Amino acid sequence: MTIAPLTAAGPTTGSAAAVSPEAAPRASSRGAVASALAWIGLLPFAAYILLFLALPTILALGSGLFDDAGNLTTENLAALAEPTILLVFGNTVWLSLATAVAGSVIGALVCWAMLGLADAHPMRRVVDAGASVLAQFGGVMLAFAFIATFGLQGVATLLLKDALGIDLYADGPWIYELPGLFAPYIYFQVPLMVITFMPALVALRPQWAEANLTLGGTRAGFWVHIGLPVLAPAFLASLLLLFANAFSSYATAAALASQGAPIIPLQIRAALTSETVLGRENLAGALALGMIVIVALAMWAYSAVQRRADRWRR
Amino acid sequence: MIRRTLLAGVGLAAASALALTGCAAGSTAPADGAEAAVDAKTATSAEAFGSFEALEEAAKAEGALNVIALPRDWANYGEILDLFASKYPEIAINEQSPDVSSAEEITAAETNAGLDTAPDVFDLGLTVALQNTDAFAPYQVQTWDEIPDALKEPSGLFVGDYGGYMSVGYDSSKFEAPEALEDLLGAEYKSAVAINGDPTQAGAAFAAVGLASIQSGGTLDDFQPGIDFFSDLQKAGNLLKVDVTTATVTSGETPVVFDWDYLNAAHTADNPDWKVVVFDDKGYAGYYNQAINADAPHPAAARLWQEFLYSDEVQNLWLKGGARPARMDAMTEAGTIDADLAAALPATPAETLVPTEEQSTVAGELLGEKWAAAVQ
Repeated sequence: MTIAPLTAAGPTTGSAAAVSPEAAPRASSRGAVASALAWIGLLPFAAYILLFLALPTILALGSGLFDDAGNLTTENLAALAEPTILLVFGNTVWLSLATAVAGSVIGALVCWAMLGLADAHPMRRVVDAGASVLAQFGGVMLAFAFIATFGLQGVATLLLKDALGIDLYADGPWIYELPGLFAPYIYFQVPLMVITFMPALVALRPQWAEANLTLGGTRAGFWVHIGLPVLAPAFLASLLLLFANAFSSYATAAALASQGAPIIPLQIRAALTSETVLGRENLAGALALGMIVIVALAMWAYSAVQRRADRWRR
Repeated sequence: MIRRTLLAGVGLAAASALALTGCAAGSTAPADGAEAAVDAKTATSAEAFGSFEALEEAAKAEGALNVIALPRDWANYGEILDLFASKYPEIAINEQSPDVSSAEEITAAETNAGLDTAPDVFDLGLTVALQNTDAFAPYQVQTWDEIPDALKEPSGLFVGDYGGYMSVGYDSSKFEAPEALEDLLGAEYKSAVAINGDPTQAGAAFAAVGLASIQSGGTLDDFQPGIDFFSDLQKAGNLLKVDVTTATVTSGETPVVFDWDYLNAAHTADNPDWKVVVFDDKGYAGYYNQAINADAPHPAAARLWQEFLYSDEVQNLWLKGGARPARMDAMTEAGTIDADLAAALPATPAETLVPTEEQSTVAGELLGEKWAAAVQ
């Protein structure tokens, strides 16, 4: 961005400005303007981060650490250690981790399969477009799509029962409990994996495979010694992103499993909106704080892995 | 006679509850009658405006009314809102967030304070109403004397509007009528029994656990038997945890539902086979309450809405929705109640129980601690 004004002035001025003594001051003042412009350009993003990331974090910290009277208290944080809350945190992490692993493995296989197609192949475009849409197809609509398909009266459920005699819910209606959340979650995790992991796979240069073969390597050897080590950081980074994605999901679960608030985002809702157990708004802050810590850890790991992955993208 | 049994129970709860609100009520200054410039914000009755017609004019001049948390399929509110709109076309009704909880109504009033989008009127569960009396403006409708004392805060900070019994609604094309609570544990109710909401959040679901407690030999002092019942229901594979809506009832996804009798009765419109059972020995009752936001952006319209709700016409509309309106006894005596609708209500249990404020708090804490684990 900072070099744009220089190159725009003409095809030769770019290199001339760097060596010509008269042009230097002009260039540096232009550079200052450009860099000021660059900073102004950052403003909307900075404001966005401030409003929707920093401010909520501060508010969560504030409401979690203080009581209604404004006194510092550890009571809400202590509530984080209650057996119910710990159980629910455990559920949430387990659900997020399991769907992230399943989603990333299936998604990576889809990406790998697509490598066999040319860039402009219609199938690849369809999968790309489909993944972009479906990765965002979470929430209430997804929940209702599942209820209509796999609910107790769902199309697929009745079909299985009538045609094959398989009763999906012989052991109880698990679709509306924690286990029932896995399928919908994987449904939006796989496309997200395709979107984030595809670029890394594309960056695997065919020349590497050719070099490997030329030097007498095998196909399996290529994956073991070159492909997988190169892809591992990108894969792990995508996995962590998927984890954070599932961890913060709310609406899908809210519509499917309304009893007992089995995941933390639903516990936060309960603490905020309850009309039967009053005065627990600050617990919501403490729960949010707990989530922020876990997501921050995931994001820290993500960025650490990402830095390593970047080495291979140059 | 039937209603009196219900009110006797409610009276117990309200009497102890209202003691808490005494100081808040005492501090509000009475309106200074029909002065030249009426301050609608402090008017405590229609006379403060000079006359009911003057109140109507003042409300029309404001031109809008913000209502919140009034689902159109809840206690016939859809028809009630439409009637108000046709009666006062000059007043635009803004129906905000129909599905939020009582607690969120108060939050909405706080976060929108001073804006013309703040809710003018509330429809609240008793627990939330009792804890937020300083957010309300006292007002007594013209039919105030006909509202039983047990249902109203003495100065009119909040007033019971409609109520009913906790009931079990079921699809009669699929199930026999459950005769007792324990029947629901049977294998024929596999994957069939749902509660309208989570008891740690919604008043109706809280009442379902209360009903299960008193039906399982427990008392309102201890909701544990109720929690145990739903835990057994879960272990039997009978408890459905999906959020109950009119759509899930219509599609048959939730064929047996714990809910207020008037909400269960409303499902009959979408599912003709839907029937409502109120167990006949011990019943659990509850009333919702009307209150005016002290910072109402449309104070006159808010007060006109109250007059409207407590008119014979709207009381009968609530009855049409299967709820028991606050003025039911007086209207039965005066012969203005719709007798057919009144006769269609489920029979009243022999004993009616309503938790006190203290019992509610204790039960709420117990549920917060035990519920999530009990139904997993």
